[in-house]
Amino acid sequence: MSADSVTYIFLNAAIVNNFVLAMFLGICPFLGVSAKRETAWSMGLAVIFVMLVSSICSYGINWMLKLFEIEYLRLICYIAVIASAVQLVEMTMKKYSPALFRALGIFLPLITTNCAILGVALFQTSREYSFTQSIAFSLGAGVGFTIALMLMAGLRQHLELAKVPDVSQGAALTIMLAGLLSLAFMGFAGLGAQYG
Amino acid sequence: MATLPDRREEVTLDTFLRGLWQENPVFVMLLGMCPVLAVTNSAINALAMGLASTFVLVASNSLVSMLRHFIPKQVRIATYIIIIATFVTMVDYAIQAISLDLYNALGAFIQLIVVNCMILGRAEAYASKQPLGATIINGLGIGAGFTLALLSLGAVREILGAGSLFGITLFGENFQPWVVMILPPGGFFVLGAWLLIFAWFRHRQQQHLSDVGVAQHER
Repeated sequence: MSADSVTYIFLNAAIVNNFVLAMFLGICPFLGVSAKRETAWSMGLAVIFVMLVSSICSYGINWMLKLFEIEYLRLICYIAVIASAVQLVEMTMKKYSPALFRALGIFLPLITTNCAILGVALFQTSREYSFTQSIAFSLGAGVGFTIALMLMAGLRQHLELAKVPDVSQGAALTIMLAGLLSLAFMGFAGLGAQYG
Repeated sequence: MATLPDRREEVTLDTFLRGLWQENPVFVMLLGMCPVLAVTNSAINALAMGLASTFVLVASNSLVSMLRHFIPKQVRIATYIIIIATFVTMVDYAIQAISLDLYNALGAFIQLIVVNCMILGRAEAYASKQPLGATIINGLGIGAGFTLALLSLGAVREILGAGSLFGITLFGENFQPWVVMILPPGGFFVLGAWLLIFAWFRHRQQQHLSDVGVAQHER
């Protein structure tokens, strides 16, 4: 498999360099929404969708910025596009699934400040992916995020039944658990290239 | 965030110190976790990231504070993000000009300061209500707390994982580095350990208070 092939990019983003567990992008929703499996699943789907939309848009924007040679506006443009994509998802979800809308609560608008999404846009620009490669990359990143979120939610549901010392309840234990998951994902490192 | 005042706040020493301990963005409020874990594999990266974030925080919050009477309520979040993005772009180009090595080490994480929830959170909760002076002092405090937290992670990880601090070798040649500490899982472990230590501290403090209370009651 060559390093430029679509399958390779997809697998690399989803598993080998998992966005949450290997590159630390999107930690806030990862810790915030992973308490229950249902919410984790729908959050994952929302993130995949927003990632795909913003990846396609930012590809177009980058092309246009290069045309006019105003690359220094890249960051501002990207963040504006992501904010509007999130607004779109929010409105759709409010109309078709109000229960889900309430369950995700504050974390839905906070997808805007999910670094994983801006990260996808920035990485695909700096690695100079083509259009199809960008789509594969953003889908892979979204799937990777969902996998990590679902694994974490499953673990945390079991954790609720476990007896732990008073001191380690809450955030500390969750982060330790994430560390163990990340350690497990390092086993995939041999599959692909390591990006800085 | 119970201590956040809604009205104008008198500038005291507490305005600054609160960010270091009581409202430490990383250890207490768990904000801005992504750079905390991602760039702390060495102390120098952690310091650079902390300073860059502090600059963006103070500069953007000052601007938000100055414009707080003019920004319409409906579009305030978008406005804050644009202001923050402007300053991040400045920092991005500045670091690129000052040290290319550092720029390559930090990678995309400088640009990702834009989505650091700590900065947006401060703009929304503090700068949009307080005058310029208080905002700057408070921003400096929060920034210092953030930098301190990054450094405490970065130093531990570099000492354990590479046997050095700020690039200076600490131990002899026989030192076997604990490599996992500078790899991704190490970030989670060290942060978890710090949180455990603070939780244990708070636990003991509470226990001490309740013991004192019981003793007084019995008397």
